Amino acid sequence: MKKEKLRVIPPAERANPDLESGKYLLMWQGPQHPGITGNMSLKLIVEGDSVVDCETHVGYLHRGFEKLMERRLWMQNFPLVCRIAVPEPDFNEYCYAAALEELAGIQIPDKAVWLRTLSLEMIRLASFLMWIGGQAGAFGHGTIIQWSVTMRDYVLDLFEELSGGRIYHMYIIPGGVRGDVPAGFFKHVLEIMDTVQKNLDDIELVMFHNVVFKMRAEGLGYIPADWVDHYGITGPNARAAGVARDLRKDLGYLAYPRLDFKTIVGQKSDAYERARLRLLEMYQCIDLIRQIVDQCPKDGPFREKLPNPLYWKIPAGETYVAAECTRGEYGFYVASDGSDKPRRVAVRGPSYTHAVAVMERLARGVNIADVAGLMVSLHTYPPEIER
Amino acid sequence: MNELATRLAARYGARGWHDQRADLATIVLDADRLRDALAYLRDQEGYRHLSFATAIDNIERGVFTLVYTLRSHDKGHSLIVHADIDRQKPVVDSIHLLWAQAWTYQREMKEWYGIDFPGSPRVDEEFVLEGWEGPPMMRRDFDSLAYSDATYAERPGRATSDPARHMKEQLYPEAAE
Repeated sequence: MKKEKLRVIPPAERANPDLESGKYLLMWQGPQHPGITGNMSLKLIVEGDSVVDCETHVGYLHRGFEKLMERRLWMQNFPLVCRIAVPEPDFNEYCYAAALEELAGIQIPDKAVWLRTLSLEMIRLASFLMWIGGQAGAFGHGTIIQWSVTMRDYVLDLFEELSGGRIYHMYIIPGGVRGDVPAGFFKHVLEIMDTVQKNLDDIELVMFHNVVFKMRAEGLGYIPADWVDHYGITGPNARAAGVARDLRKDLGYLAYPRLDFKTIVGQKSDAYERARLRLLEMYQCIDLIRQIVDQCPKDGPFREKLPNPLYWKIPAGETYVAAECTRGEYGFYVASDGSDKPRRVAVRGPSYTHAVAVMERLARGVNIADVAGLMVSLHTYPPEIER
Repeated sequence: MNELATRLAARYGARGWHDQRADLATIVLDADRLRDALAYLRDQEGYRHLSFATAIDNIERGVFTLVYTLRSHDKGHSLIVHADIDRQKPVVDSIHLLWAQAWTYQREMKEWYGIDFPGSPRVDEEFVLEGWEGPPMMRRDFDSLAYSDATYAERPGRATSDPARHMKEQLYPEAAE
């Protein structure tokens, strides 16, 4: 009964509060604020401790990537694309590389398909581990983030072993992957997965059965299923509302059709349900990584020979390549005019929708102390909004 | 999917259907029928998800090409809809009533390309370029390097060179420009 009462749908229309009346207070949350995800800010108008209106402000991290890419050779853009979503750069690398391969007509070896899938699942796990720490922290739960960031560091150790880089890997490149797996790598992967899984069991026990977390997260930021198409909501935010959409299943790219997994769906997309669904997806990640290690070819080529990157011209054409990242549909639209530089590269990040239109609506009527928890529960990264 | 191409051609004068992949096609429309066609695709053909919207500056042809990417999850198919608008008079119908997040894309296109969407919420507000006084920065005739050279002072001791040019000079000195 209480939960039903809590699950309110915020009004579609914006309030028009009179700031001169002395009844309201305008305040900024961010860009330097522990309760904000990355470099963005929320302009909140509050009445008492309730948010009446919210506006998302971005631009603190705009580096003009899409403009810069039009000035650089196809291959020179690689150090740029991975910086568009910092905690999970591999999805940028995959989408950009796959778009180039499609336009240039390059087929990649089977081993590269598996290693790309491994790289994407590992970064999915790392990103979720960072997110769950943020989600717990937003509700005053400081222990979880210490555990989960430690676990994330173990996964980053694996990336360092695989690619030499911890944050930006540039492991997925056109034609395949940059290098073969080092000796003993798969064994290390399995060991780390065992460690992370044990830690997830602890997190589940401490966080999801905690009465404070349950009371504050249940009903917060409720997304009805009919918003999914109307707002372009994707990923766990949509799946938690019972909409079974996962591009890994729907598009069947890379090695996903050969892996055994089911799309996890929830029933009511509130902050608690979304957190629970992401936790289940973390377990699913670990399972997928184990399957990949088991099935990945142990030898064979890992990269197709490419033309000279300094003189590489890609035939005129356009394509859109999407992948399921931790937050939903991540895509690269790439247009070539037949020259050695892109004509246009446009990045579709799920935060573009979730952090602006959805966040602004969901914040209406929320207690000011819950804004941070709501924001993190949508799992947004500002760099992909600004590019 | 060719039946869809025929229906779109008959109803909205769509042309140039091109299958890029089995699950991705592109099509071209006239800008004045764009909103109606997008509404039809959403309501009648199942393309209910707007993946993104953006523009390309085709300065050689004097047009901006709008790019709307829709997805039908039921059909497992995506459709990229193009429409050209005059570069000198870049105004097009807003689709913010069709999709609730579309106004953000339109606000971005207004700021980055100078394309106007009358009636779109907050379309004239700054999006990512706070305090920007230059021309719309994604236009092809806006030279970001020349702008930086003219706007910002050189910092002593920080020589830079284009890595691609450097590598060409190192590897192919006879061919380097």
